[in-house]
Amino acid sequence: MSEVTQSYVPGTHPDMAPPAGQRGILLWLRKNLFSSWANSIMTIVGIYLLYKIVPPMFNWAVVDAVMYAGNREECQALGSGACWAFIKDRYRILIYGFYPEELRWRVDVSFLLLCAALVPILFDNAPMRKPWMLFSVSYPFIAGWLLLGGAGLTPVGTDEFGGMMLNTVVGVTGIAFSLPLGILLALGRQSHLPIVKSVSMCFIEFIRGVPLITLLFVASTMLNYFLPPGTTFDLLLRVLIMVTLFSAAYIAEVVRGGLQAIPNGQYEAANSMGLKYWQSMRLIVLPQALKISIPGIVNTFIGLFKDTTLVLIIGLLDILGIGRSSMADAKWNGLSNEVYISIAIFFFIACFGMSRYSIYLEGKLDKGYKR
Amino acid sequence: MAESNAAFATSAEDDDLIVIKDMHKWYGDFHVLKNINLTVKRGERIVVCGPSGSGKSTMIRCINRLEEHQKGHIFVDNIELTNDLKQIDAIRREVGMVFQHFNLFPHLTVLENCTLGPIWVRQTPKAEADEAAMAYLEKVKIPEQALKYPGQLSGGQQQRVAIARSLCMNPRIMLFDEPTSALDPEMIKEVLDTMIELAETGMTMLCVTHEMGFAKTVADRVVFMDEGEIIEANEPHQFFDNPQHERTKLFLSQILGH
Repeated sequence: MSEVTQSYVPGTHPDMAPPAGQRGILLWLRKNLFSSWANSIMTIVGIYLLYKIVPPMFNWAVVDAVMYAGNREECQALGSGACWAFIKDRYRILIYGFYPEELRWRVDVSFLLLCAALVPILFDNAPMRKPWMLFSVSYPFIAGWLLLGGAGLTPVGTDEFGGMMLNTVVGVTGIAFSLPLGILLALGRQSHLPIVKSVSMCFIEFIRGVPLITLLFVASTMLNYFLPPGTTFDLLLRVLIMVTLFSAAYIAEVVRGGLQAIPNGQYEAANSMGLKYWQSMRLIVLPQALKISIPGIVNTFIGLFKDTTLVLIIGLLDILGIGRSSMADAKWNGLSNEVYISIAIFFFIACFGMSRYSIYLEGKLDKGYKR
Repeated sequence: MAESNAAFATSAEDDDLIVIKDMHKWYGDFHVLKNINLTVKRGERIVVCGPSGSGKSTMIRCINRLEEHQKGHIFVDNIELTNDLKQIDAIRREVGMVFQHFNLFPHLTVLENCTLGPIWVRQTPKAEADEAAMAYLEKVKIPEQALKYPGQLSGGQQQRVAIARSLCMNPRIMLFDEPTSALDPEMIKEVLDTMIELAETGMTMLCVTHEMGFAKTVADRVVFMDEGEIIEANEPHQFFDNPQHERTKLFLSQILGH
């Protein structure tokens, strides 16, 4: 026994490879899919369900789908799957609505500029961020000019807006303006000034207590009773205001949650340094509170973006409205699956993108706090 | 006490940095501070002690208006603390404060914590503020941590950063609100050493602390408070060896007894 020069705790010998079933794919399968009887049964049931669902869907959407056809009958004659020819025929109107065809480049340009304007806002490591930010701040005016025309461009009425473009306009405007407004409301609700506090509180509670559809109806019909006769007040503008106010109330409550998580000591340290109220909010309190509120804020934005389809109810033809009216076309009558799936894909891409960005941002802001 | 009260009648004596005169404070019906009279001269180091709940923290928090007093007067550097926000801001610029729980800003680096006040309150150019902050971080012996976040530091290091952060504002007075109470025993010493070094530079200091050793070595005067009143104020030698008041004797026997 004394000849043993070196000993290892069992299983830790460096030359020993793990036994079969303890490494690679087999280990992964065992750990994740077959760790117990219940798990094994669920795995098998799951595989069976996928087998039942995925291949038929794939066949419908790809294998049996028809890309080229003039109407529904042709489609059905050519294949039993999805009739994408219909979407191909209609995608322009789904995107641009009734925006004049020869002017649609303006929508494209404003969308590209939107992407460019978002870069410095979303990514703080973007090069030349400060001058770029100036562009982002002026973007709403540029986009307004491009979309509405005037000052050298052919004017386009907001009643010609529609489709995906209308959803994007309402969604982006709502998101861009409701965040600052919501932050102000949240700060107002925490204010020591009784008037500011009660106004913020009444506003938030009223807006949250009323469904968005009601507010949109108010925007489309009721406002005419309150405004002096003869004043025209663009319907889209009213909708934009209502959507912004609506989501601002929600943002305010989300941000308030974040504000409450900031310990009193942070306010005291900022105060004792001589920082003024707005300085301490901007430099100390809000950066921390907003970081905590990111999931809730993005959640509200995703909800807002999907709620833009509600404008359908007051007669604006957004992507859903256009889709529904296309279905009524005698040539393509009844092809609802194709339309709804296309619309779902549009919303999914937008919302999933926001969700991923929020996760990215949380991860990035988290770094400094970790030990 | 009576004769010192007479001295408070003129608040404009140049040497008096803080003058608290007949100050009272209530939390609702609860009378927290009763007839507080205290003068802190330029360069003086005062330690305030007393049992918990005696109002010592509340008193020093009144000096930079983290708490409001309801009666009496507080003058800091000949500026009276009133509801006037300008006066309050002027006083807060001159008064540094170190808290029990450090209250560093977790989303900013150590260096940013230190330069925030100078840049935004004193409008110091960033390069200059950075340089000054590094000098103070050097003084509290943690320049190598400048680019870390507070969450990455130990409690003692965080408290030293908090001291450096206050010093960066070039305050005339430093208030310490139980700076070592939230620290592990082995970290108390590094913070106390920093405070002793600060005292040696001639900084005017008002410390609420239970560290009697610190009081003995550094303080010019020790103030004992109980139930919202200043019971006794004396130089440390007299205070510890020859306490005048029964309550002081009881407190000292409890705190020094173990």
